[in-house]
Amino acid sequence: MTDAPIRLHGLGKRFGPVTVLRDINLDIHPGEVLGILGENGAGKSTLLKLISGVYQPSVGQIEIDGRRYDRLDPIRARQLGIAMIPQEFNLVPTLSVYENVYLGQELRRKGWLNHKQMREETARVLASLDCDLDPRAPIAALSVAEKQMVEVARVLVNDARVVILDEPTTVLTDREVEVLFKVVRALQKRGVAVLFISHKLKEVKNLCQRLLILRDGSPVELCDTANLDEEAMARKMVGRELSQVYPDKGQPQTEVALSVAGLSVAGQIDDVSFDLRRGEILGLSGLVGSGRTEIAEAIMGLRQRSAGAIHMNGKACDIRSPSDAHQQGLAYLSEDRQGRGLVMNFNLIENMTLLSLQRYVTGLISHRRERERAEHYQQAFNIRAASLKSPVGQLSGGNQQKVYLAKLLDIEPSILMLDEPTRGIDVGTKREIYRLIRQLADEGRAVLVISSELEEIIGLCDRVLVVREGRIAAELSDAQINEEDIMLYAAGARERTPAGVHS
Amino acid sequence: MTATQTFSQRLVNAVRRLPLDMTIVAPLLALIVLLIASSLASEYFLNTRNLTNILRQVSYTGIIAIGVTFVIIGGGIDLSVGSMVALVGVLLLFVLNAVGDPVLAVMVGMSAALVVGALFGLVNGLLVTRGRIAAFIATLATMSIYRSLALYLTDAGEVVSNNDIFPDIGGGYWLGIPIPVWAFFALALVGHVLLFHTPYGRHLCAVGSNEQVARYSGIRVRTVVLLSFIIAGVCVGLAAIMLSSRLNSISPSDAGVLYELDAIAAVVIGGTSLAGGRGSIWGTVIGALILGIINNMLNLLGVSPYLQGLVKGAVILIAVLMQYKRSQ
Ligand SMILES: Nc1ncnc2c1ncn2[C@@H]1O[C@H](COP(=O)(O)OP(=O)(O)OP(=O)(O)O)[C@@H](O)[C@H]1O
Ligand SMILES: [Mg+2]
Repeated sequence: MTDAPIRLHGLGKRFGPVTVLRDINLDIHPGEVLGILGENGAGKSTLLKLISGVYQPSVGQIEIDGRRYDRLDPIRARQLGIAMIPQEFNLVPTLSVYENVYLGQELRRKGWLNHKQMREETARVLASLDCDLDPRAPIAALSVAEKQMVEVARVLVNDARVVILDEPTTVLTDREVEVLFKVVRALQKRGVAVLFISHKLKEVKNLCQRLLILRDGSPVELCDTANLDEEAMARKMVGRELSQVYPDKGQPQTEVALSVAGLSVAGQIDDVSFDLRRGEILGLSGLVGSGRTEIAEAIMGLRQRSAGAIHMNGKACDIRSPSDAHQQGLAYLSEDRQGRGLVMNFNLIENMTLLSLQRYVTGLISHRRERERAEHYQQAFNIRAASLKSPVGQLSGGNQQKVYLAKLLDIEPSILMLDEPTRGIDVGTKREIYRLIRQLADEGRAVLVISSELEEIIGLCDRVLVVREGRIAAELSDAQINEEDIMLYAAGARERTPAGVHS
Repeated sequence: MTATQTFSQRLVNAVRRLPLDMTIVAPLLALIVLLIASSLASEYFLNTRNLTNILRQVSYTGIIAIGVTFVIIGGGIDLSVGSMVALVGVLLLFVLNAVGDPVLAVMVGMSAALVVGALFGLVNGLLVTRGRIAAFIATLATMSIYRSLALYLTDAGEVVSNNDIFPDIGGGYWLGIPIPVWAFFALALVGHVLLFHTPYGRHLCAVGSNEQVARYSGIRVRTVVLLSFIIAGVCVGLAAIMLSSRLNSISPSDAGVLYELDAIAAVVIGGTSLAGGRGSIWGTVIGALILGIINNMLNLLGVSPYLQGLVKGAVILIAVLMQYKRSQ
């Protein structure tokens, strides 16, 4: 098999005393899309980081073009044609799009930076991605999906032979996912091997020819995707049968918990009104950039409201900052857990109690009670970490998300706004989280779920608002909650109809 | 081979089990090594008078370094502390000399020093939080302003106290240990409790680590940062009390010169990250002690005073390199 550009020989990785990956023997063939499946913390990202030189293997070797390497570093790996789009982005916020695309591989002309060519090349590559981003825009101003496009562009300007995608679709809407998949297939045709991690099994089924399934750091199976359906994948990955992902729908009460009227933020959202009832899970659907996050942040006092009134449990509230909101029992889970959600160098305990710290204070902070609480969440959510004292930055993406959820729940909010609550979470745990959300609603809390995953919106929510260009484009309930209707409203192909009447 | 491994393993585990923050283990080991080396190098080193002297010397910058630790953990820096010592000291002596009754004068003077220190810290903090000026620049400016004010108010001349009991504070002893040293350790204890056992300390670390996360978590970021500068100011006030009462005078041109650098050095040697977000008060205490002992040893060994800066610089570099290695 001379056409295997990359072979892994008994690769393994330890962090201190903990082995997180072992016995990986694998050939990666040109032109294939190889999926890597596993629960949160199974070692998927770790494997890809070994291949791309971010981490050095504790045992084993990587063979490229017949040469065996004990270790790679990111620069060497890139020279060998290995490009990675990490799960957590790696962009310099103060630099522009094109400067980031060419970071570390700047184009030069007579020793000087060739800004013009870099800009033009970036524009060309972005255009091939159907993305009309300005190469000169600063990264800090971009949305998460746009940042990802920058990461993709960065790979494309290189002649990579292996492209590594670690959960690339978690931040994209279905439409953007399609664009990405087109890119992946084009790469494949050029003989590029693609390594792909996703917790969305449908995508895996769609895109990958082969699958490597990891459980607790060990490979359990290497198989062809063609013979597997999604259920079988989930079973192999979790090691047990998974029944019914979404819980039964609930019985919202009549009492309104959160009422928003005429909410506007200059240039972002316009005249948004809705009621959220106790016991209800209300979905907020729409394209990325449609203003869903902005609505939630405006309610939290994180954005300057230009107009609008907010009532909670029938009382008018003036929420000017998140701490006002928390005091009133309103909590918000941001879509950006790295940049807005968790303090990466804090340990699990410190993160979980950051909002609720006052509850643990009797004169001084009671570290014992904090710890007990954290132990409770670790068990309840099955959070995998070396220790409760590990910095959350060392946790796998999915486990970080669980810590973030725990952080929010610890103030026992009566109203929750969850922005992409299952981002990066494996199927088994997703099911647990959906059940948890439903249970919260059944206890009489009100839950607003913002999600780019249509399936999640459809499966979980009692009622759905579709947001388009900063306005509520439609309100759907019961049978109206289906993929087609939501997409039509979200894309603007159908306009709002008078209350409940279908056109 | 395996025997030594299990021994070192056990040692590591034993150290881990101690109620210590891992970040201060390295500076602590360095301090112990330094103590042993110093006592071997010079017979005078372990002399009680010598040790007392080191502790007293260390306490002035040490007190300031504790305040600066808070600022640095919050993601800022304070370069003005050295000038602030001079200005607060001058104002303190003015107040002291203006009040007739000596006991009352000392009480009013000391309170004034702490309040004035807090006020100068407040000015720094407001420039940073409201004025949105980078802490480095803002405190570089106030460093110049505070020193200049001290010189102007005194016409660059030394201010001498005419109070009889004032010198008993900085020059006094309790249980054989100088009062400034007591103040230093008491402050360290308070600082430690504030940093690790109160919501404020936790919030400060969060702000220093990631301001956005802190904001989304409902933490009043600006207030937290402002307070860190005020804490530094109060610490400067305390240092000014100890220093001026020890000398029973203050020189506006010499007092506190380069203290900001000694303080920052102590913080860094103690393992607090200049990037903010985490740190340790005991680390800072150890850092200050290390600097003090090195100074003392160089003097005892008769090393040229011109070379002492070189040694201090080398120690800072080694400390930072060790931290960098550890974080890898
Ligand atoms: N730098 C590190 N130090 C210590 N442990 C680490 C470090 N990085 C990862 N780990 C641990 O290794 C294990 C595997 O992590 P990895 O990120 O590979 O999981 P994953 O399969 O990608 O999970 P997810 O689906 O949640 O992204 C986790 O238990 C994690 O806590
Ligand atoms: Mg991962």
